[in-house]
Amino acid sequence: MLLADAEIVVRLRAGDQNAFAEIVRSWSPAMLRVARAHVHSHATAEEVVQETWLGVLRGLDGFEGRAQLRTWVFRILVNTARRRGKREARMSEELSAPTVDPARFRGDDDPEWPRHWRDEAVPVETLPEPALLAREFRDVLTAALGGLPERQRAVVELRDVHGLDAQEVCELLDLTPANQRVLLHRGRARLRAAWEAAAS
Amino acid sequence: MTSRDQTPRDIACQELVELVTEYFEGALPEDEVAAIDRHLIDCEACLRYLRQMRATVTALGLVPTEAVTETLSDQTVSTLLAAFRHRR
Repeated sequence: MLLADAEIVVRLRAGDQNAFAEIVRSWSPAMLRVARAHVHSHATAEEVVQETWLGVLRGLDGFEGRAQLRTWVFRILVNTARRRGKREARMSEELSAPTVDPARFRGDDDPEWPRHWRDEAVPVETLPEPALLAREFRDVLTAALGGLPERQRAVVELRDVHGLDAQEVCELLDLTPANQRVLLHRGRARLRAAWEAAAS
Repeated sequence: MTSRDQTPRDIACQELVELVTEYFEGALPEDEVAAIDRHLIDCEACLRYLRQMRATVTALGLVPTEAVTETLSDQTVSTLLAAFRHRR
């Protein structure tokens, strides 16, 4: 059930607990993912989300509807997460290593095809349809998502699973557009590698 | 301006695999896009890599959100619902 914004606000103000339970249920997973990219543990992320919802309840009567309700909730979330989160300086490590094993390419000094795929190391040929991929490799994909560094995971899930756009993700996670793309690329590359490994 | 006889940039596979997402996102300058397109005409392996990256994105879009996301604990949900009831 997806309620229109204005209707949700009316129902919340009228004290409709089902409406509140519904938005908590449907928005909290993405909120947890955002919070988790700012703080170090799931427990803290859960506290951030709880604090956010309590802030939403406090501010509800003053909410003027200039922004979408969801945008307003996520803005409170980001501010709460920022206060709790320690600014992290791990970007360089997370952004520098190659996404494909360098051993799969010829050397810089190869007389014919420098840094091109080695014949025996080209990507595997099997290419299931995405629908099949999603079904048969779901466990592989979800396990691989679970193994990604937090910010890569946040970007990939928010962009590719939840369908948020690049600008939203940059704002929610305090990323520059370039770093958002790098994290997205690294995450996707690891997922592709995971199902290549599973398929071969 | 690119002149007609300018040698097109030759891109290596190892370089291309790091540009795939920027390529998908339309974040590359025109000459880089042209270099990638030219490379893909001759390189079956990179074309395969690019298709697999695209398939990965499509597959992720088909994964139900509840399969990948954590949810709030029952206790937190109860706390929030109680706070909602006592709002006024």
